[in-house]
Amino acid sequence: MTSSLTTAQGGVRLKTLNVSVVTPDGPVLDGTYEMVSCRAEGGELGILPGHIPLVAPLTISAVRLKSENNTEYVAVNGGFVEVRPDQVTILAQSAEKPSDIDVDRAQQAKERAEQRLNSKREDDVDFKRAQIALQRAINRIDIANNQ
Amino acid sequence: MASLREIKNRINSTSSTKKITSAMEMVSASKMNKAEQNAKSFVPYMEKIQEVVASIASGNVDADHPMLQSRPIKKTGYVVITSDRGLAGPYNSNILRNLYRTIQERHRSKDEYVVIPLGKVGTEFCKRMELPIAKSIVGLDDQPEFAEIKEITSYAVNLFEDEEVDELYLHYNHYVSAITQEVTETKLLPLTNINEEGKQLSTYEYEPDQEAILNTILPQYAESLIYGALLDGKASEHASRMTAMRSATDNAEDLIDDLTLSYNRARQAAITQEITEIVSGASALE
Repeated sequence: MTSSLTTAQGGVRLKTLNVSVVTPDGPVLDGTYEMVSCRAEGGELGILPGHIPLVAPLTISAVRLKSENNTEYVAVNGGFVEVRPDQVTILAQSAEKPSDIDVDRAQQAKERAEQRLNSKREDDVDFKRAQIALQRAINRIDIANNQ
Repeated sequence: MASLREIKNRINSTSSTKKITSAMEMVSASKMNKAEQNAKSFVPYMEKIQEVVASIASGNVDADHPMLQSRPIKKTGYVVITSDRGLAGPYNSNILRNLYRTIQERHRSKDEYVVIPLGKVGTEFCKRMELPIAKSIVGLDDQPEFAEIKEITSYAVNLFEDEEVDELYLHYNHYVSAITQEVTETKLLPLTNINEEGKQLSTYEYEPDQEAILNTILPQYAESLIYGALLDGKASEHASRMTAMRSATDNAEDLIDDLTLSYNRARQAAITQEITEIVSGASALE
């Protein structure tokens, strides 16, 4: 639910944001928060209620969801964020809450990616792929350890 | 008439087949439920991404991303979703027949098209009919995850981006209900009919700019369309297998009934014959 306050100018000022994180494998998170910050390709992005409609691609990073007295993290792998005054939707090809992250698997993926980075040349397609895999793994491990 | 023992053997083997088919029916039923759920949980993602793509594509006329534009068609790509295993009734044959017919109608030479089959049955069909295969994937999970097919979806979308193919079609079985599945052909690329419903769309600011957004969002959209079709196809596959197994079970039951009848007849005949022999033996002694 969205609560709203009436400002002195008579306009409606929104106090909270509905946030949903959706992936092809189903919704990951749905909730109400006061602020969302995420890292878009153009830089860090902080979204407060009443933001103008916006679409921006995201990097492999953590999305921070702030509510009154705590902050939640979600690991996103690319995708993009769609912002409306009272609604933020994050569409990613995969996303996890810290509790859903398999740290061992991420650790293994990290090691595999590092090995591959050492053995391939820089112009190789596999090199790029390994770089992305490494980013994903590091991102997951960071977020899982943050909790 | 077959001997008693032969009939008995046939009854036994038919009833063990029946056990297998009815077990397979139940397995497929539960897999179908799961697949249906997967397809449903994909819907919010699809709707959202479609909305954003539609509002960007229709919001500004000068969106001239290559994926939104039709170009002269020199080569066509077909993504075909089939299963890995058989025993699914007409599931695979329907779709492959339809594919073959479409290709025969539209193309004269093999240079004009490529096929990207998903699933073993489709791959083997293409090999047998000598259709050109660009890439194929087999051994997909019953509950496929997006990551599993990422490679082939990006491959298909890249074919279009690199102008290897000038249009891309998707052939799959659309899940209507547990007993009905429809062979469906949809045009995946170029994306020309995004906003069919003509809904009221919101306008967005783009960060950093429209072009960059389209570059990330359109391939993702096209890939998710393939994934959506795969989920739909999986649900159809299980539904189709369930129906096929149910009718196999029913047929086995009918067969067992018939065989039991002739078994009883044969037994009766044997008894009658025995009595006749005894009676005639006894009367010969008198």
